[in-house]
Amino acid sequence: MGLAKRIIPCLDVDGGRVVKGVQFVDIRDAGDPVEVARRYNDEGADELVFLDITASHEERETMVHVVEEVASSVFIPLTVGGGIRSNDDIRRMLNAGADKVGINSAAIAQPEFVQEAATRFGSQCIVVAIDAKRVSTEGEAARWEIFTHGGRKETGIDAVEWARKMVAYGAGEILLTSMDRDGTRDGFDLELTRTVSEAVSVPVIASGGVGKLEHLAEGVLEGKADAVLAASIFHFAEHSVGEAKQCMAERGIEVRL
Amino acid sequence: MKTVAVIDYGMGNLHSVAKALEYVATDTRVVVSSEPRTILSADRVVLPGVGAIRDCVSELHRLELDGVVKEVAKNKPLLGVCVGMQALLEHSAENAGTDCLAVMPGRLIHFKDAFADLRDTAELKVPHMGWNQAVPEDADHPMWAGIAVDARFYFVHSYFLPLAEASGICAARTEFGVEFCSAVTQGNVFATQFHPEKSAAAGLQLYANFLAWNGDN
Repeated sequence: MGLAKRIIPCLDVDGGRVVKGVQFVDIRDAGDPVEVARRYNDEGADELVFLDITASHEERETMVHVVEEVASSVFIPLTVGGGIRSNDDIRRMLNAGADKVGINSAAIAQPEFVQEAATRFGSQCIVVAIDAKRVSTEGEAARWEIFTHGGRKETGIDAVEWARKMVAYGAGEILLTSMDRDGTRDGFDLELTRTVSEAVSVPVIASGGVGKLEHLAEGVLEGKADAVLAASIFHFAEHSVGEAKQCMAERGIEVRL
Repeated sequence: MKTVAVIDYGMGNLHSVAKALEYVATDTRVVVSSEPRTILSADRVVLPGVGAIRDCVSELHRLELDGVVKEVAKNKPLLGVCVGMQALLEHSAENAGTDCLAVMPGRLIHFKDAFADLRDTAELKVPHMGWNQAVPEDADHPMWAGIAVDARFYFVHSYFLPLAEASGICAARTEFGVEFCSAVTQGNVFATQFHPEKSAAAGLQLYANFLAWNGDN
């Protein structure tokens, strides 16, 4: 026996409310982050990721309260991403009870921010989120670049090189999302996942494209991911985290049951 | 009402630890403090810790809490968590070598140094991050009450206590490329490399056990 592969439900939070239609029949308020987090905890989620998609800066403070409340009653690791741009942002989230923060566009704007943050808070709480899109054409060697603004804006940065650089700068974990697969339910970009996972010495969380339980197992077995993240497959109660773990265990993957 | 003091020396996870203790406490008050008198008068004490060992140990010295921890270790239940466990040992290879409080024997080394002699460790990512088993050496110890022997706990660390360094104090073993000591105990002191406050039901049970533990084995 050894280290288990992790299953991580991801929740989008807007103005303190869970959005993207979490649908549990037996939940009183599907928009309440605390209730949803408890539910996933009960199902056996290994960690939770909260993505703050609040547009207005003024409302960002509500995320701090969400984290405080969740951390008071759910005792598994919590990662908070979205709008993390300064050491102050990180400190506020960690003090509120987050264990890790996800840094995305702020790292692209200023890579040294990751270095500073890792030095100050420790690599264990710095997750760099990478949104990658395949740019190679058919027949060419596979290549991916970083895209921002939900996949609309190109940066010209090679995704694998970027992952290596972020780890060298102190990232303790990489949250890797395929923008080609995100929302498609066609499964992870396994080649991207495996390439990045084999390129870095820290854990990689695969994200983007999960439409069925098989996909989660593929992410680990073929993508070499250390953890798999999914949203809609769990939110719509098509499958529970427990079923996902059962499926992975049946394929010989070590999970926490 | 009894009290448990969580030592506040500016190192990270103390709020998570305090929240978990509050969650399971029935007749115990949780106090977060850096005040020696408050800590020494509590019924039991938790030493949390996250981050680099040198910062942790130097903060304990700066706040004159090293002596307080050693005093507590003599006569009341003391629980070290993660870097808090490491601080209780003798020495860590981290930060080019750091002397710790030496409440218990044991020298910590880096996983990469242990893996150097092994094959098939290419897929092991360091830090050791995630859920792993901590198999009790003595499942009848009161700190393991109500916890399944194959329960998993949440780990995040790069330095570890080799079994050979933990003779007589090892309370649990964990496998990650090598088998290492993931919890230690000596008399009224118990410490875990993993984070009970992030280990769901098993971790909460361990905190509940600590609040009920009188320091005997």
